[in-house]
Amino acid sequence: MSEVVPLEATLRQRRDGGRKLLVPYVTGGLGADWLDVIRAYADAGADAVEVGLAFSDPVMDGPTIQAASQRALEQGATPSGVVAALGSADVGVPLVVMTYYNVVFRSGHRRFAAALRDNGVAGAIVPDLPLEELDDWDRAATDGGVETVLLASPVTPDDRLARLVERTRGFVYGVGLMGVTGERERVAASTSILAKRLKAATDKPVIIGFGVSTPAHAAEVATEADGVIVASALMRKRLDGAGPQELGAVVAGLRAALDAL
Amino acid sequence: MAMRLPDPGGRFGDFGGQYLPESLVPACQELEAAFRLAWADPGFLGEYHSILRDYAGRPTPVTECHNLSQQLGVRVLLKREDLTHTGSHKINNVIGQALLTRRMGKRQVVAETGAGQHGVATATACALFGLECVVYMGEVDVERQALNVFRMKLLGAEVHPVSSGSRTLKDAINEAMRHWVATVESTHYCLGSVMGPHPYPWMVREFQRVVGDEAREQARAVLGGSDPDYVVACVGGGSNAAGTFAGFVDTDARLVGVEPAGGAAIGKGIPGVVHGSKSFLLQDEHGQVLEAHSISAGLDYPGVGPEHAHLASLGRARYVAAGDAEVLEALQLLSRSEGIIPALEPAHALAWIVRAAGSDELPEGSTVLMTLSGRGDKDAQQVMELLG
Repeated sequence: MSEVVPLEATLRQRRDGGRKLLVPYVTGGLGADWLDVIRAYADAGADAVEVGLAFSDPVMDGPTIQAASQRALEQGATPSGVVAALGSADVGVPLVVMTYYNVVFRSGHRRFAAALRDNGVAGAIVPDLPLEELDDWDRAATDGGVETVLLASPVTPDDRLARLVERTRGFVYGVGLMGVTGERERVAASTSILAKRLKAATDKPVIIGFGVSTPAHAAEVATEADGVIVASALMRKRLDGAGPQELGAVVAGLRAALDAL
Repeated sequence: MAMRLPDPGGRFGDFGGQYLPESLVPACQELEAAFRLAWADPGFLGEYHSILRDYAGRPTPVTECHNLSQQLGVRVLLKREDLTHTGSHKINNVIGQALLTRRMGKRQVVAETGAGQHGVATATACALFGLECVVYMGEVDVERQALNVFRMKLLGAEVHPVSSGSRTLKDAINEAMRHWVATVESTHYCLGSVMGPHPYPWMVREFQRVVGDEAREQARAVLGGSDPDYVVACVGGGSNAAGTFAGFVDTDARLVGVEPAGGAAIGKGIPGVVHGSKSFLLQDEHGQVLEAHSISAGLDYPGVGPEHAHLASLGRARYVAAGDAEVLEALQLLSRSEGIIPALEPAHALAWIVRAAGSDELPEGSTVLMTLSGRGDKDAQQVMELLG
C-alpha cells in the first residue's frame, strides 16, 4: 500500500520554492498500462496527478473525457477497482481522484474516504457537489484524512468565492472557462480574470483547468495562477493509442514551458 | 403536508437538492428567486393563465369513458391533456418557463426531449415569445419520433441529435446541461419534467398543477361532489403525475403512478444522484447509471423526480409498472372503445387500470381519474410498425 503524499502541503512547498505546478490527468483503468502513465507523469515533472474514476454520465466533461470514460468502463474499470490499483502506484507525488457524486454516494461517504486513504490517495474532486451539498461528504473526508478540492467558476460571485476558498483543501481548482472540459484553440479571457480573483482571495495553491491544451497555454495561465491541470489534450492522445512514454513526453513539454517562466 | 414547498435546500424529505457544477449554481439561484417572485405576482399569474386559456386551450375537459367503464367495471374519467395546443401537458410548463425566461432577460432557451413532446412545446413557446431555441434529443428518439423532429424544425428550433451513451432522454439531458454550462449567462434551461436541481422539481410541478386543480373541480362535477377513489398517471420524470397529484394530494383519493417496466426507478431503483438531484435511480453496484428500456421515448429514463421518491417513501402515492405489450393493448383498447388514440406514455397508466380493474388493487365500482397526458399522433408510425 502507498503512503499518502499530502496534497496541499506538497503543492504549497513546491510553489513556495518558486515552482509552477503541473497536474496532468489520466482516466483510471483506460488501457492496461494506465498505472505506468501515472509513473511517466511523475517522472516527467508532475507535481500531483489527477485520476478520473469513470462515471456513466459525466455532465461537466466534453467529448474527449466522455470517450475516455466510456472506453474505461467498457474495459471493465470500476471506481473501487481503480482506487485499489492506486494502492500500488507508489509514485512519490500526491494523487487526487476526480469523480461524480453518485459514485461517492453509492459507495458510502466513509467507506469511499477510507478506500482513498488506504490506497494512498490524498484528495478528491467531485464537480457536482457544490457548497450547498458538501457537508456530509466533507465531514467523512475530513475525518478520513482526505482533502476535498473545490471548484471555482468565472461566474462564482465574490462572497461565494470567499466561502469556497475557505473550505477547499489541497488547492482551489479554477474552472477557467464557462463550458465543459476539452481542448480549445486559445486560453479563454475568463481564465486570467478568475486566476487573479482567486490569487487575491486565498493563499492556497490556485490551479486552473479547462481548456489548458498546450505548453504555450500552460505558460500563459501560470503567469497568473500557481499552476495548471491538463486533461483532454493528454486523453485525446491516449485514445489515439499513446502509451506512457509518449504521454510522459507531452508532460515533459508542459513542464519545460512552466519552468521557463 | 405533502406537495407544498420544498425545504430551503430544495429537498422533499430525503430527496431533491442541488447537485450542480459550480458554474450552474448562480443560474439556479437566480431562477429560484425569479420563480418565487413571479409565482407570487398577480401580473405574472394572470399572463400565464391567460396564455394557457387563449393559446393553449385550457381548461381541458374531463371525459367520462362510458364504453370502457362498462367493459372494465370501474368508472374511468380522463383528464384530456391530449387536447391542448401541441398535444400534451408539456405546454403548461413551457409557457411558464418561457415567461420566466423573458422576465430574467435571457434570449435563448435550451431543452432536452425524449418523445419530442417537450421539445415541440418548447419550440412552440419560443416561437411565440421570440426566443432562440436549441433542443437536444437522443439519436434513438430522433428516429422513432421523426415527426416531432420535423415539427420542432418547422417551429424554428435547432435540433441536435445526441449520439452518446444510450442515445435517449438521459443523454439528451447530459448534452443540454453541457450546452447550458457554456451559455448560462444568456440561456435558460427549460427542463421538461419535475426533475433536475432545485428549483426545477418544485417549479415544474407548480406549472403543471393546473392539470390537477382543474381535474379536481371537473371530477367533482361528474361525480356528484365526490373526489375519485383513484387518481392515476404515468411517470417517467413524472411531470404530469406531479401536476395531477398536486390537485388531489389533500383529498382521500389514492394516488397511483405508473412507471414503464423497463425504467421503473421507484419500483426497481435505489437512491442516487444524477442530473442535479437525489432520487431513486436505476444504477449498478458502483453507482453507474443504467439504461432504461421502454417502448415509450417519453418514459425511457432511469431516474424519477425527487418529489415522487418522497411521496413513495411517505406512502402517499403508490408506484406500479406496466410492460410494453400491455401498453400496446391499452392503446388499442382506448382507441377502439372511446375513439381516443393516446400517446404511449399515458397508455401505461391505462394499462395498469385495465390490469388492476376488478382486483383488490382497483376494486369493481371504483371511480378512477386518469390523466391522458398526450395524444397518440406522434406514435402512430412506431405503433404501426410494432403491430405489423
